[in-house]
Amino acid sequence: MLTAEEIHEIKEEFHLYPYKQAACIEALKVVQKHRRWVSDENIKDLAGLLEMSAEEIDSVATFYNLIYRKPVGKYVILLCDSVSCYIMGYETVLQHLERTLGIKYGETTTDDRFTMLPVPCLGTCDHAPAMMVGNDLYRDLTPEKIDEILNSYN
Amino acid sequence: MERPLTKNIRPDGKPVFIKEYESLGGYQSVKKALKMQPKEVTELVKKSNLKGRGGAGFNTGLKWSFVPMEGEFEHKYLVANGDEMEPGTFKDRLLIEGDPHQLIEGMIVTAFAIQADEGYIFIRGEYTYAADVVAKALAEAYEAGYLGTNIMKTGYKFNLHLHTSVGRYICGEETALLNSLEGKRANPRAKPPFPQVSGLFGQPTIVNNIETLCNIPHIINNGVEWYNGLSLTPGDGGTKLFGASGKVKKPGLWELPFGVTLRELLEDYAGGMQDGLKFKGCLPGGASTDFLVAEHLDIKMDYASVAAAGSRLGTGTMIVLDDKTCPVGMVLNLEHFFAQESCGFCTPCREGLPWTEKILRKIEEGKGEMKDLDILQFHTKFMGPGNTFCALAPGAMAPLQSALKYFREDFELHIKEHKCSWK
Repeated sequence: MLTAEEIHEIKEEFHLYPYKQAACIEALKVVQKHRRWVSDENIKDLAGLLEMSAEEIDSVATFYNLIYRKPVGKYVILLCDSVSCYIMGYETVLQHLERTLGIKYGETTTDDRFTMLPVPCLGTCDHAPAMMVGNDLYRDLTPEKIDEILNSYN
Repeated sequence: MERPLTKNIRPDGKPVFIKEYESLGGYQSVKKALKMQPKEVTELVKKSNLKGRGGAGFNTGLKWSFVPMEGEFEHKYLVANGDEMEPGTFKDRLLIEGDPHQLIEGMIVTAFAIQADEGYIFIRGEYTYAADVVAKALAEAYEAGYLGTNIMKTGYKFNLHLHTSVGRYICGEETALLNSLEGKRANPRAKPPFPQVSGLFGQPTIVNNIETLCNIPHIINNGVEWYNGLSLTPGDGGTKLFGASGKVKKPGLWELPFGVTLRELLEDYAGGMQDGLKFKGCLPGGASTDFLVAEHLDIKMDYASVAAAGSRLGTGTMIVLDDKTCPVGMVLNLEHFFAQESCGFCTPCREGLPWTEKILRKIEEGKGEMKDLDILQFHTKFMGPGNTFCALAPGAMAPLQSALKYFREDFELHIKEHKCSWK
């Protein structure tokens, strides 16, 4: 069941569009903001609210890489794996993250703190390698810097 | 040297908000434009030779002129494309984060020219700080009467909204972006009809890149002659944000006139290669442009000269390849990106790009055969312009076909030695 707060926030979005189906992505964002990810049950509930089929909503949800259809940890680490970060050695950063956190791409730490995912170019290529933790951007990454960054998230 | 686009941007990149923006002469172009006829504004921009800065390089005023100015429409829309997901590109971020009101001012004038009443600033989801900055700037602009139902008491109406995206490179393609704004999967649409006639929710729509829109206030304020005078290349108006990433001494972003040479960019601005490294080549305008190599260092960075050298100016932000980085590995990285980001709608792109990636991985891992190079070559033709639904796959083939041309012996070395000698 969607909460009253979620339903309210989604209905607010309806005003910005000529018909409510157009708020589909916004609705998914609202659910994810409250729950970290979007479950099958959430998709079915959204279908009722948006008067769309659950399959149609799922086809949208699974198209976009920042809508998560599996549980994620408290903070999602998005590590840039595109070309400038490749040249500047993001693979070293990846190995360090894998060793430190004990997870690979798509996995979540046992304490539910971090999920790690690759992301296309973060648009800060003059400061490669780069990653995001939650909403925060980190650049010019080195193994030492990463330890410091990870420790600042509890 | 004048730098209109970045003149307000602080060295630390912290945003310039409305009070300061107005004190620096901000919003003057809105006052001026609202006293003109919409068609005059479009005509001025057409003559300014401003070309789309998102990569395609189409005359901006000409694009606007395709919007019908007669007849009744429920709405007309203006959309700022801030998807910026082309690997190696980081220019729009600077403009949004550093000087958000310049973008809003450019959008108000553009909206007036095409008589749009609704607008969206489409920003990729990862640009969380840029989105916060824009949200604050939009609230300020409404408060000051630059947006809303009665702009500067002239009766002109324009509402502008922020839309943050949820990923996928294909959203940068303008018709895919419109589908995404409508809450759908971001598959590109068939053209015609072009968005200028039938775009967002079936209404006339202009989609312009962020950097393109940021040029508008300066053209209105200072005129066509001044604007063309900024450039060293006749026919390409204004300045351009040029950038460099990779193993150069000083990676960064610089606003420079069109016609600066590749060598000047590399040596004078990017500080040359890091010690002990040699320049091997570069993608001059993002991931979907063809490699240029040492023999091209003296070409001028403008649309025609880069095209004549067999590549594209694209987004103007170059990715530099050095002699100690494996070119096959670099192209594999690029094709992995394109294969992953294919929307899956048309068969050659959906099937061909993963195939290309698989072969490149095989070569990089030392398991390649000489005939694989022929298969790669074949793909560059079959996914070339005209054979796919949109420009994603032809863009993906640009670095591959040029790498096969300039770095063929490096591909062959992987195959002969059964390993990557750069590792």
